[in-house]
Amino acid sequence: MTPDPYPHQHRGRLSTLAAAWVVARRDFAAILFSRSFFFFLLGPLFPLIVGGLAGSVGQHVDQSDDTPVLGVVMAPADAQAMAQARNALASRLGGGVPEFRVIAAPPSGPLPEPAAVLAREKVAAVLSGTPAVPVLTGPRGQVQAWSGGVAMVAAQAKAGSLGPWPAVRLQATATSRAGDSHARLRTAQGAQTLLFLLTMMLAGMVLSNLVEEKANKIIEVLAAAIPMEAVFFGKLFAMLGVSLVGIAAWGAVGGGLALLAGSALPTLPTPAVGWPLLVGLGVVYFSMAYLLLGSVFLAVGSLAATVREVQTISMPVTMLQLLLFFLASYAMTQPGSAIELFAVLFPFSSPYAMLARAAQDGALLPHAAALVWQAAWVFALVRLGSMLFRRRVMQSGAQRTRRGKRRGSARKVALAGD
Amino acid sequence: MNAQVGDPRLTGNARELSPPPASALAIEARGLVKRFDGFTAVDGVDLTVPQGAVYGILGPNGAGKTTTLRMLLGIIEPDSGYRRILGAERPHDVAHTIGYLPEERGLYPSMKATDAIAFLGALRGLPLKEGRRRAHELLERHGLGYAADRQIRQLSKGMAQQVQILGTLVHRPRLVVFDEPFSGLDALNQGKLEIMMRDLAQDGTTVIFSTHVIAHAERLCDEVAIIAGGRVPFAGPVDVARDSIPAQVRLETREDDGPWRAALPADARTEGRREGTVWRFALPDTGVEPLLRALIAGEAGILSLSIERAGLHDAFVAIAGAAAARALDEEKPEEARR
Repeated sequence: MTPDPYPHQHRGRLSTLAAAWVVARRDFAAILFSRSFFFFLLGPLFPLIVGGLAGSVGQHVDQSDDTPVLGVVMAPADAQAMAQARNALASRLGGGVPEFRVIAAPPSGPLPEPAAVLAREKVAAVLSGTPAVPVLTGPRGQVQAWSGGVAMVAAQAKAGSLGPWPAVRLQATATSRAGDSHARLRTAQGAQTLLFLLTMMLAGMVLSNLVEEKANKIIEVLAAAIPMEAVFFGKLFAMLGVSLVGIAAWGAVGGGLALLAGSALPTLPTPAVGWPLLVGLGVVYFSMAYLLLGSVFLAVGSLAATVREVQTISMPVTMLQLLLFFLASYAMTQPGSAIELFAVLFPFSSPYAMLARAAQDGALLPHAAALVWQAAWVFALVRLGSMLFRRRVMQSGAQRTRRGKRRGSARKVALAGD
Repeated sequence: MNAQVGDPRLTGNARELSPPPASALAIEARGLVKRFDGFTAVDGVDLTVPQGAVYGILGPNGAGKTTTLRMLLGIIEPDSGYRRILGAERPHDVAHTIGYLPEERGLYPSMKATDAIAFLGALRGLPLKEGRRRAHELLERHGLGYAADRQIRQLSKGMAQQVQILGTLVHRPRLVVFDEPFSGLDALNQGKLEIMMRDLAQDGTTVIFSTHVIAHAERLCDEVAIIAGGRVPFAGPVDVARDSIPAQVRLETREDDGPWRAALPADARTEGRREGTVWRFALPDTGVEPLLRALIAGEAGILSLSIERAGLHDAFVAIAGAAAARALDEEKPEEARR
């Protein structure tokens, strides 16, 4: 071997950010173009199939409860005309208008009050008035969503054709606010569960990544060249990038399926911050939840030598995470309580609690504060993890105690040396 | 010898010492101490490595070589002590001018050889594109051009090691640290590596390597640090180490006895009789001339007389002790015996 003939040429030292980028770029490309990423993408398919099968059975059982129904409180002739028009347009309306159920009026006396019907009957909203002047009574979000379809049905009932559409008067019921909140709880629950499942599935991947790194014995080269924090940040963000690619792929497939399924899909109530912002916040909170859990797993992974050890050590962390998810779920039902405040402030439950809050409460400023808080914790945990790593792992392998025996599991995973 | 066990500089935290003056030293370390769970792996190590030198850290396994190197490179922090590497107190500040080959070689198995070299360069601040270009050049120059696009897992262990060595040098460092670089290499590649290390030094690069094979240190090093039990009982030029024990005189005389016997040093001992009687003793301070005169005058019948300078192994035994030397001999890898 002969040395390089060029004179020394040095660029400046890498900043921690630049060093993290070098690690992240390598890891990202390596994972993305690996066979395991393909299987990672297929990962959710199996629970979805099982869940889908189980769900279809359950859906069949309580379909009657779940299908939204619009109660019609009109004069018998008008009600009849509206129901016939709805049936005639059903194929064209898709999910735009729910099923109509004519609420029979008492033989004598006036038609019942829509609000009373809403409170008494198992209907999502009430249609009253006449086909010329239809009135929709119900929770605000619900009546707004159905007003267009109802106008079309009313036009058909009135004139036997699709135009001109009468104006639909909307009446938010006194209970609409409470109804919205209750409905949004379902949205919040859905968002929270999705966030938790994604985080758990992806954070675990960081572990095996670091174990692989140690098996490759390249970790010492990394530690000598760049700060350990940069290694940790690089690995975390690479995996986050991979996760987001995975989520984008799943989202695209899911979106395609949703388009195909059309009206067959159940509808979730609109979240308080609106769907676009909820999705955006969902991505950000997923990133935070992932980074928080990933940084803990990374520290755990740095102390383990084998996948078996990783599983053993990470089990309590996973259990703890499950408990925190339950905490966040419970806190969601207790808005404004001390327990909700705790769930919001405790870093590991904060992303779940805040995402649920986004579905229930439209205020945006708390989200900015929460994100700063969570980011600070990510930073602190990565520092702690890298410190642990240097303290516990970068010890020589051949050292022995005075009794001549190897000591401690950390030493077992240490890089051999003297 | 720049450090002695018991040197007051080595006790306590050397950070309290006044900083050394700026000099042409690649590495300066004072009183480095590292403990693991109560076990003292390195116990007050002092090192002074001149720039452009080939410097060996010689000692048996478990002596503290790797831990010392890791502290110098900032992979682990010393519990106490002071270190300055290429003028910087924080090794990562000058990481872009350092190359490091750890004892446990490691590369990503799925990476191509070119990419692996470029990645190691990128970790030291070399742009990836430039790293790939240089990697191709280096591989070609070292006869590995055909393997440029092969994955590491497709290479033999020796080839992978060569790829890692090239990755250690791709960013053209000013200081290269090799931890047991010869282990795992066959004799041919050991020779190649020795040439490379010499050429690096000739180019002005400081080369530090740890080894437990005395022959490598003796052949390559300008200076050595002998390390045993976490301490450095000697650090300095190889010649000084060898001169730390006096040269031995081997004398063969036809006669067994005579008046000339009085001129022999008191420690002279016979090694039996071959053609004549073989005597061995330390070279007297006065040299051999007075002895020669006495031998001639006394008609001892000089059959042969030679002055044998001590080897590094003898120096190691004298400095580190017989136990450390035995440990060194026992751990000598197969390739070093070839």
